[in-house]
Amino acid sequence: MGELLRQTWTIARKDLLLEFRSRTAIVSAVVFTALVLTVFNFGRDPTAVSALDLAPSILWVTFTFAAMLGLNRAFQLELENQALEGLLISPLDRRSLYWGKLLANLAFVAVVEAVGLPLFVLFFNVPVGRVLLPLLAVMALATLGFVAVGTLFSAMVVRTRFAELMLPVLLLPFLLLPLTYAVQATARLLADRPLSEVAGWLRLLAAYDIVFFAVASWLFPYTVDE
Amino acid sequence: MLWAEGLRHAFNQGRVVALDDVSFNLAAGQTLAIFGPNGAGKTTLLKVLAGLIRPQAGSARVAGGRRAIGWIGHQSQLYGHLSVRENLLFWASLYGVPRAERGARATDVLARLGMTDRAEQPVWSLSRGLVQRAAIAKALIHEPRVLLLDEPFTGLDLGAAAELRALLAALRGAGRALVLATHNVDEGAELATDVAFQLRGRFVQYAPRAGRGSAEIAEAYRRAVAGTNG
Repeated sequence: MGELLRQTWTIARKDLLLEFRSRTAIVSAVVFTALVLTVFNFGRDPTAVSALDLAPSILWVTFTFAAMLGLNRAFQLELENQALEGLLISPLDRRSLYWGKLLANLAFVAVVEAVGLPLFVLFFNVPVGRVLLPLLAVMALATLGFVAVGTLFSAMVVRTRFAELMLPVLLLPFLLLPLTYAVQATARLLADRPLSEVAGWLRLLAAYDIVFFAVASWLFPYTVDE
Repeated sequence: MLWAEGLRHAFNQGRVVALDDVSFNLAAGQTLAIFGPNGAGKTTLLKVLAGLIRPQAGSARVAGGRRAIGWIGHQSQLYGHLSVRENLLFWASLYGVPRAERGARATDVLARLGMTDRAEQPVWSLSRGLVQRAAIAKALIHEPRVLLLDEPFTGLDLGAAAELRALLAALRGAGRALVLATHNVDEGAELATDVAFQLRGRFVQYAPRAGRGSAEIAEAYRRAVAGTNG
């Protein structure tokens, strides 16, 4: 297990270093997040629907599509100079490759969310101060779920034509559950409902994470090997 | 050091035969040069040897497994936004080179390839010839016993190609086993201890070079290709 984790960190560190150097995807995702929140802010009629009713859905739709930009890039960067072949020839355990990519993608989405959440609070004037910790727990669990599935699908589509189009088409149906749970939990938190009402959604998110992380770890080698 | 037995593989539901009963053995210090036109199955064979493709029949084995294999192709497998040294340290880590040795190994292999002054340059800023040298450094960083070379001379000018041939000859002299796949007989014949002509997936000739010169091998290859097409 020590070797698996060491290789996992080697992959994640390399991906983060590449992103830090090029800043291609992270800048796009952050700008995209800011633009979507801005558009939703000015594109809604506040007298028709209250911000509190719309805000949870807008938050999660924004994060989901911003994360797609990073997920798309996760394996695209391995196509440069056929580095993916080099990884597959090396003694790297396929699970380490998946876990490393997952770790780097989680860091990527965490940065997007760290920028997006304050903007969301600013634009929609929603009180998150008192529920910040449980809201962060919802964000962590939901993000882990959809990044775990997204990383797998990113590997599946990378060698197909129109990979950037294929990823959302294949991935979004699998994100309906965690997005539903996350929106429900976020809505209750923002409405100042008791935490006991949120606990069930958190449990569902945790169950989704466990199941899909395990399934994706198992399936991943079949998606990258020819 | 390397064994292949009865390898068969086809694509498109069997319509495109890439490997047809390919068998050979390679010992330390031997170089097998595989000549064949585009689409003959050379790259498929190398990918099978490297464990990238599981053959539909037959088996291939490399003494020491994946850790013993180095790959040099016409694509560098390097990350453009990392420096040459960062690339080498990354690959050394994946191949399990102990952390304490990685820096010294990278320094050593870069010096052998005359790239010490390029170590900190990002790969994207290097010329094609220097990228290929960096790719060779990457392939050698874990000191592999077997080198698989897929059209390694593609895109190199005459000087760089001659340098690569000299380096490969030195590696063969140091006891490495080399498998070189190319469509250009002139590029690989002098390096070979054994020569195979691969046409439509099959080794139509496989024999020791036995003192034959490039021109002689090239003529035999042309006859083999003409015979198969005829």
